Amino acid sequence: MADARKDDIAIRIRGLVNAFGDRTIHNGVDLDVRRGEVMGLVGGSGAGKSVLLRSIIGLNKPKAGSIRVFGQETANIDAEDMRGLQLRWGVLFQDGALFSSQTVAENIQVPLRRWTNMPHALMDEIAAVKLALVGLPKDVGRLFPSELSGGMRKRAGLARALALDPELLFLDEPTSGLDPIGAALFDQLVKDLQKGLGLTVFMVTHDIDSLKATTDRIAVLVGGKIKVGTFDTLIRDPDPWIHEYFSGVRGRAALGA
Amino acid sequence: MRNIPPVVHAETPATLSLERRGDLVRIVAGGDWVTPEASRLDGELAHLEVGDAGAVEIDGTAISTLDSAGLWLLLRTRYALEKKGVKVSRFVVPERYGPLQETLERDGPVEPIVRVPRHYSLEHFLARTGKGTVTALRQGYDMVGFLGRVAVETVEAFLAPRRELPFPALVHQIEETGLTALPIVGLLAFLLGIVLAYQGADQLKRFGAQIYTIDFLGVGFLRELGVLVTSIIVAGRSGSAFTAQIGTMRVNEEIDAMQTLGLNVTELLVVPRILGLVIALPFLAFFADVVGIIGGMVMTYLDLGITIPAFMRELESAITLNTLLVGLIKAPVFAFVIGLVGCFEGLRVERNAASVGLLTTRSVVESIFLIIVCDAGFSILFSKLGI
Repeated sequence: MADARKDDIAIRIRGLVNAFGDRTIHNGVDLDVRRGEVMGLVGGSGAGKSVLLRSIIGLNKPKAGSIRVFGQETANIDAEDMRGLQLRWGVLFQDGALFSSQTVAENIQVPLRRWTNMPHALMDEIAAVKLALVGLPKDVGRLFPSELSGGMRKRAGLARALALDPELLFLDEPTSGLDPIGAALFDQLVKDLQKGLGLTVFMVTHDIDSLKATTDRIAVLVGGKIKVGTFDTLIRDPDPWIHEYFSGVRGRAALGA
Repeated sequence: MRNIPPVVHAETPATLSLERRGDLVRIVAGGDWVTPEASRLDGELAHLEVGDAGAVEIDGTAISTLDSAGLWLLLRTRYALEKKGVKVSRFVVPERYGPLQETLERDGPVEPIVRVPRHYSLEHFLARTGKGTVTALRQGYDMVGFLGRVAVETVEAFLAPRRELPFPALVHQIEETGLTALPIVGLLAFLLGIVLAYQGADQLKRFGAQIYTIDFLGVGFLRELGVLVTSIIVAGRSGSAFTAQIGTMRVNEEIDAMQTLGLNVTELLVVPRILGLVIALPFLAFFADVVGIIGGMVMTYLDLGITIPAFMRELESAITLNTLLVGLIKAPVFAFVIGLVGCFEGLRVERNAASVGLLTTRSVVESIFLIIVCDAGFSILFSKLGI
């Protein structure tokens, strides 16, 4: 762990191959995510953004290639080491993935209950701190996920992902389904938290405003491979899909903003 | 679960000490102030006595790792002291945690989440009972309304010249609910025949009346058990499928799409399912009757040594065509109940996945309940009619 901390790379992917049936999704993906940066991942529908995310967090077993998170290979990892990794990252799923039978506060406390021996009173305080962190009023803690709006569910999901103070945060389309104002607020929140908590953020998104506002670098999945650049360099990329993506009508609107 | 030691450990344990210099008290923190240490630190901080100190310094410069839980404990201590009127003259954490401190301080002293106690008073019990009763009655009322609508739509589907029954859908439903249910219905009826014959023979043997096992088996299966068992299996198999299918379509907004396209949901989704089941279930029940009696025949042969011709002779004297018909007449009614409840609950699904599961369970329980209620009704009716 001490060595991994010195390492500058949080996630290192080499030659990743994913295929379903005879359809190859990833054909030799190489990607480095540096510590402390916000990396955005974009790509067309079906390009394998979610599959890549799921491969990194161990929900999908890749066909070939290597994925190292904090210097640890995730492919043939034993359960104990995997748990160690899981405690160092937090994942925000698309619609929050809150446990519907528990209140928001209980949801945030799930990792605390399982992995620490905190007394109840302290857990209630920590849950309140996390709720305040993601900008939710404290009354929300007593509500059930079904009583929340989509934006609140995402924030609550983020609070749960942050429960154990992870170093690495995965966001799956964090602004999808939010109105532009809500999306902009969420972008700001991610940025603030990233700075405040010193997080490394890996974010799958479709939202070009969000990319521009939050990311340091962007990885584009095209034709089963990845191209990495900043917003400004990717605009000038010769690849037709990337060109279309960044200079389309929506892209121009984001640039003008 | 709470006794399991935490798997996350701090690399260097957190330290906490108190130094007094005149009326200045210094709270000195060091080591890893992180989540795994939080519970221990929480206890130590609770026992911290600053006495009548004029000023307090919270010095965290020696902290090697700090996370939001650890910082919260320090901030909380500061807020608590300030609230008591003690001056906190200095509050420092290592410079690299400046952004973290800024982030947490922005939210100020947060109040802990208040747990809602779950109370079980008499009042609560009565309220729940009342609510449950009203819900059940309202649902019964709605279901009668749905019954009427299905009846009207079915008749219209037959009569209205422009519309016709969606026959492919009907045939598909007969296949789904009838043909594919044959193996499981057959297997269960066969086993039930064996069990009944065995138990019947065991008891009747004591009076030397074992031959009446066959009467018991024939009458029991044809009048009651064949159709009842078949209906219960079909309620679990097809009734639940109806609710889940229609419910998923509801979640997917497919039902809304059909309505906006001017399609008739009842005619397209409900009528074929109910009609298909009404056609298929009597055949299934008849099949169960036959297989169940074969099961009994096998058992009486093995257990009592009654040969097949002897079994047949006894069976013929025990039952009449009416025995069979009395059983089978119930099948379409039960089928209608299963289909109606299944579709009704499916259409009540709300736009979330949990609702599909909830209503599917409810649909099965309700249809089995109604089947048995109807069966009791039939029993009373037949006994009054003397059949």
